[in-house]
Amino acid sequence: MSGATAAAGAPAPLLHVDGLVKRFGGLLATDHADLRVAPGELHALIGPNGAGKTTLVHQISGALASDAGRIRFDGDDVTRWPMPRRVRRGLARSYQITSIFDRLSVRDNLALAVLARQGSSLRFWRPARAETARHAQADAVAERVGLAARLHAPAGALAHGEQRQLEVGLALATSPRLLLLDEPMAGMGPDESERMVALLQSLRGATTMLLIEHDMDAVFRLADRISVLVSGRVIAQGTPLEIRHHPEVRRAYLGDELPAMEAGA
Amino acid sequence: MAERPVPSVPPAPADPADRMTTAAPSPSPSPSARPPASLLDHPLRWRTALPMLLLLIALPPVALLLREEFYIGLATRVLVFALAATSLNLVLGFGGMVSFGHAAFVGLGAYAVGILMQQGVTSAWIAWPAAMAASALFALLVGAISLRTRGVYFIMITLAFAQMLYYLMVSLKTWGGDDGLALPGRSSVAAGFDLASDTRFYYVVLALCVLAFLGIQRLLNARFGHVLQALRENETRMGAIGFPAYRHQLVAFTLAGGLAGLAGALLANQSGFVSPALLQWNQSGLLLVMVILGGVGHLWGGVVGAVVFLLLEEVLSAHTLHWQFALGAVLLAVVLAAPRGLAGWRRGRSA
Amino acid sequence: MTGAGVLVLEQSLNGLQFGLMLFLLAAGLTLVFGIMDMINLAHGSLYMVGAYLVATAAVASDSFWLGLAAGIAGTAVLGMLLEVAVLRRLYQRDHLSQVLGTFAILLMANEGVRMLWGSQPVALNPPAGLAGPVELLPGFLYPAYRLLIIGVGLAVAALLYVLVTRTRIGMRVRAGASNREMARAMGVDVRRLFTAVFGFGAALCALAGGLLGPLLAVQVGMGESILILAFVVIVIGGIGSIRGAFFGALLVGVVDTAGRALIPLAFDHWLGPEAAAGAGPALASILIYLLMAAVLFWKPRGLFPAHG
Repeated sequence: MSGATAAAGAPAPLLHVDGLVKRFGGLLATDHADLRVAPGELHALIGPNGAGKTTLVHQISGALASDAGRIRFDGDDVTRWPMPRRVRRGLARSYQITSIFDRLSVRDNLALAVLARQGSSLRFWRPARAETARHAQADAVAERVGLAARLHAPAGALAHGEQRQLEVGLALATSPRLLLLDEPMAGMGPDESERMVALLQSLRGATTMLLIEHDMDAVFRLADRISVLVSGRVIAQGTPLEIRHHPEVRRAYLGDELPAMEAGA
Repeated sequence: MAERPVPSVPPAPADPADRMTTAAPSPSPSPSARPPASLLDHPLRWRTALPMLLLLIALPPVALLLREEFYIGLATRVLVFALAATSLNLVLGFGGMVSFGHAAFVGLGAYAVGILMQQGVTSAWIAWPAAMAASALFALLVGAISLRTRGVYFIMITLAFAQMLYYLMVSLKTWGGDDGLALPGRSSVAAGFDLASDTRFYYVVLALCVLAFLGIQRLLNARFGHVLQALRENETRMGAIGFPAYRHQLVAFTLAGGLAGLAGALLANQSGFVSPALLQWNQSGLLLVMVILGGVGHLWGGVVGAVVFLLLEEVLSAHTLHWQFALGAVLLAVVLAAPRGLAGWRRGRSA
Repeated sequence: MTGAGVLVLEQSLNGLQFGLMLFLLAAGLTLVFGIMDMINLAHGSLYMVGAYLVATAAVASDSFWLGLAAGIAGTAVLGMLLEVAVLRRLYQRDHLSQVLGTFAILLMANEGVRMLWGSQPVALNPPAGLAGPVELLPGFLYPAYRLLIIGVGLAVAALLYVLVTRTRIGMRVRAGASNREMARAMGVDVRRLFTAVFGFGAALCALAGGLLGPLLAVQVGMGESILILAFVVIVIGGIGSIRGAFFGALLVGVVDTAGRALIPLAFDHWLGPEAAAGAGPALASILIYLLMAAVLFWKPRGLFPAHG
């Protein structure tokens, strides 16, 4: 079940990405990437622009097929699984570019996501509207992500920050074992980002998370462990402290983020 | 069938942090106890439906009284097309799949009845379910291949497969070929109760259409219907929350095909004749026209569309031989001005 | 040459001829699909109107060639007018609107033609000099007119290839296809370009309609049957790809023509006359669609899908 390289006594990784390769014509976007996310931790994936983070996330979530390598999730080899199957197994994802159901209310959005992991959708007779338990669950998720006041607003009418919250909420509503967060704070101002950080803090421990983010401040505050992706390859993996002082990482970032990292020490 | 009261959600106390994010127009939920209607639900408003049903039930005796029996036959035809158009609306309006081959399923159902009758099987209890099964099976096959494609490919492929059936039936001389098949009579329901009488046939058709319509309405409001509509709204996201699109769309496609087959069986009985012309893609186009005239994605879209279209046809063709020109002009005007169809336009729903 | 050999050769040439004409239609159609992302059901109507215009002009001028030229020019103009007046509004719309809008045009075109020319087919005769057969091989005669069609078809295919890959216009077309905004920013008048592309496609339709007119009947509804085949060609070849349209068209042309002639014969030979009369034509008529289904099964986006 766990990789042979796991240390004796350490829990098996919930997500184990092993030698993943992806080529686009002549471009090697993912170069034998290795990644291990332990259950319960908040693992951040960072890297300079063009490092291939999105490509890697697409492969983990199932949106893109890898050319080589393996992805193991919670004991299953999901490398060839289609995306919906992975989601039903507990691997959910939020998107960098908001993709929600604009015309539906926030509650309807979340209720759909709750339905995905709950029983059969091949029911043709009983009105879905009467499923109060499911709606209550949707409401609870809305509460969790801070959208309780906007429950009946059409998702398209929400402010950008609220839409990002809904984006995370949709993934959360599927009761995932692992939550893949693709730049949840994209396009957010400082106050909105603060709320998102608070949300992610509140999820720690209960939900394992793999967070892709550019906001270094947030990353270093939240992450238990960090992996650094450069040119499709994970060049470093460790605690925030270790990463801060890692020579290759400093080199890769070439001073851009260094002041932030130094200041945080 | 009355709507069950939904537990109301009390407005949440204002969160100070919300100040930052509320740039949106309406920050507080509406003060009414009930939440606004969901786009996914399609309630049956009995206030409008019941009078309509009563009118339909009263039609034959009134027509007979006024010595206008012709209208019973016309009304039967309208009902049959309403069923066909509603089945297409299921796939098109609610499923978001632009299928250009729906006439094939209608025609196949009609042929099933015709062929069985030619072989001596006249019982409606056998022929009509057989028609539905044949159409559903064909829909399953076509859908299984077509639904793996998207966009214009899907449209063209459904069109091509429907046309394939047309050419097949034209070339099969044993079943009439190009000339078609005349039915010796209508299907038999029970000893002593034959459908030769237009009035009796009308009531049977009405009953079946009402049942089918209610079934579709329940389906749309059930889990399956919600998922189907959500797939239309954002298929990618549905995949990302765990719903495989293909499976659900294929089920919807097959169901719609089966219902279209029923419409075909009834149509064959109504006109007493089946021909490959039923299968042509012009017919598929006309079914699409009905749906857009009535309202794509609206519960009554297929019904309204069939009524409007067939009435238009009656009125226009009485005036001129070239009524299809006027139809084309009307259709073009509708497409350019009212993208979601007439019903949507009237109610002012955002496209 | 043996009887069977002659038959195969004849059918192959017929298939080639039909396929090349299909290519003329498919090329215009696939360009519109690929560049404007628009599904156009009225394309067959341009073919029909083109044939009618050629026939009328040929009779009026008593010359096939003048008729052909006039018909092509007239249809091109008509196509461009149609694009500017109506079709332009459909580019940004969803596929359903495009389907129904162009279907409306199809209905109006069919009735319009019927109103102007009546329901009876119109006669179109091949040019006098080419009415007879040519001896290609000892013992093998083939109609000269069909050879002309093959020649014209190949010439147009070559011209298209050169136009699209080696000229500035071709580059502009491809640029407009892959990134409209960028092309516009670089000074390409995208709207004019689209109109020109559409007009060119209409001209190709008229050419095909005019050339096939003497062989098939010039009548209302002739556009529909060939349009379906053009769709099948594009699905098999890949949307947006001229190369795909070419190979798809040849494949469809040969399979369809040869199939219709040879399958009933094969059935008769191996299975007896009843099968030949019944199942033979049936299978032949659906052969193309089975072929399409088979191609789609392995390559859902066609054999040569265009990128971008």
